[in-house]
Amino acid sequence: MVALAEIEASSLGVRQIRKSFPVPDDPLLHRLVLDGISFSLAAGELVSLIGPSGCGKSTLLRLIAGLESPDSGELLIGSEKITQPGAERGLVFQDPNLFPWLTVRHNIQAGLVARGVLRETHHEVGDFMRLVGLESFADAYPHHLSGGMAQRVALARALINHPKVLLLDEPLGALDAFTRMRMQDEVLRLWQARRTTMLLVTHDIDEAIYMSDRIMIMSPRPGRIERTISVALDRPRQRSSPDFLRLRGDILEFVHFAGNASIENKD
Amino acid sequence: MLQEETSRRSKISPPESGVQLASAPTYPKPGAVQRMERRSELGWRAQLAVPLAALVALAIHLLFSKSAPAVETHSYALFFYEIVGVSAVLAIAQRFWMPLRSWMRHMCPIFTAAILSLGLWDIVTFGFRLLPMPYFPGPAAVLRSLISDRALLLDSTWHSLALLLSGYSVGVLVGLISGICIGWSTPIRYWGMPLLKVVGPIPATAWIPLAMVISPSAVVSAAGLIALAVWFPVTMLTASGISNTRASYLDVARTLGAGRAYLIFRVAIPAAVPNIFIGLFMGLGASFLTLVVAESVGVKSGLGWYVSWAQGWAEYGKVYAALIIMAAFFSTIMTLLFKVRDRMLVWQKGVIKW
Repeated sequence: MVALAEIEASSLGVRQIRKSFPVPDDPLLHRLVLDGISFSLAAGELVSLIGPSGCGKSTLLRLIAGLESPDSGELLIGSEKITQPGAERGLVFQDPNLFPWLTVRHNIQAGLVARGVLRETHHEVGDFMRLVGLESFADAYPHHLSGGMAQRVALARALINHPKVLLLDEPLGALDAFTRMRMQDEVLRLWQARRTTMLLVTHDIDEAIYMSDRIMIMSPRPGRIERTISVALDRPRQRSSPDFLRLRGDILEFVHFAGNASIENKD
Repeated sequence: MLQEETSRRSKISPPESGVQLASAPTYPKPGAVQRMERRSELGWRAQLAVPLAALVALAIHLLFSKSAPAVETHSYALFFYEIVGVSAVLAIAQRFWMPLRSWMRHMCPIFTAAILSLGLWDIVTFGFRLLPMPYFPGPAAVLRSLISDRALLLDSTWHSLALLLSGYSVGVLVGLISGICIGWSTPIRYWGMPLLKVVGPIPATAWIPLAMVISPSAVVSAAGLIALAVWFPVTMLTASGISNTRASYLDVARTLGAGRAYLIFRVAIPAAVPNIFIGLFMGLGASFLTLVVAESVGVKSGLGWYVSWAQGWAEYGKVYAALIIMAAFFSTIMTLLFKVRDRMLVWQKGVIKW
């Protein structure tokens, strides 16, 4: 009973998700990518999903976004089943994917236009441009923006729909180290300001520890959640504090071990 | 590195500074500064090149024109006097207006060459009669035809414009609609693409016999043929642009809550616009061809008709006059389409070089 209540209070529920893709060379074969993934996110939680490339992190995010459908299992937003993409689940990719033919302002308000609510809510466009500090670039086209600025536009574009869950697929992966650290603070600031539930896929362990309430570690082939770690450090976190480094060491050791194990399994 | 840069620059810079650079193969810094100062003024060579070329061409003509009717020489000479006069005005105006100066610097070699080639044309045809005569009149005769027949030429241009625009706009409209449908919908693509691939490559002019039978009037059938000629490239390029829309743009739009209309009209079509413009340019080229052929075969008006009519009377001066009008007419329309594209694709600047 307790478990049920917990799931209902959560904003995102993932239950026993399996997903396979046909092997390109042999269409009769299917490769299992995700094998029985289950977890739930409480409202306002920031959870990271880490794991080596090819472990199905991005597939899992696409499933939650509704861009793919699972072979079996259930995906829930509150108590509603996810069947197709919707504005209540925002998705930000590693590539900002701004529409190059729209200015910053029009990119940010794209969601309002798509949902046909621009007339009632257009005053929010200015708020979100201020939120990400880009009001002076309102009329610039994406090719004028730096990588960090473009990603801030992508965040604002996703947030303007007031999503219940924001899915972040390695959003800072393409940025240089300095910009990335600044953007981590930026995302945290947005999270604290708006209390949006966030699921962050990353392969940067430091980023996961620095940002999240919990860290889920995935193993590849097929993708499974091997371990979930609560990060009980006070915010703002110090990247060089002993607790931070100890946690980092634990995770590294675990990931290393899991990686070796999976290689041995494969052999 | 530096030397390479110098030689590259000397190729594109105007002749007078090119000479300077050639005499200084190394890259001395003071020289570079001096060159910059020189560039800020328009050199006297650049100012004199065009009027001098005009006077040379005029002298060539006067030398040969002793036996020719005075009337031809008159308008042709006047043409060169006008060039000299306009260059004098521009030479003064450029001192006060920077954009004009850089335009003159850029265009000076081209104008000079064009005027000198008029002189060469004069020597070959009017002067020594190296080419068989009624077919290759001199520039003065062509200019006279251009002036004396201006009313009919204007009327023909007007008819060509009306026919071209009606055919082109219908072709573009239908091409866009069919291209979007084929590009977006898989079943329409399945049935439409083979048809497009088989029927499309037939040159529109090959349909002329059929068009003459089917259509009530020559003008309507010509417009239809132009539309057909435009339809194929516009459809093909639009369809490929739509179907090659980056999947991630569509994914992003769907997670923002976009429905089908938004995905088609606000994502796929804008993403396909660069491709669509390539189709519009190809279609425009095809429409010029079809227009001229249709006018010289069936339609009893327009520049194509004028050319074949003048040829029938062996008035080759008029043929060349019509060709000159066509060149101006078609390149103006092409330039307008370029302007429209630059305006619509302002977001692409710096992304793709055209």
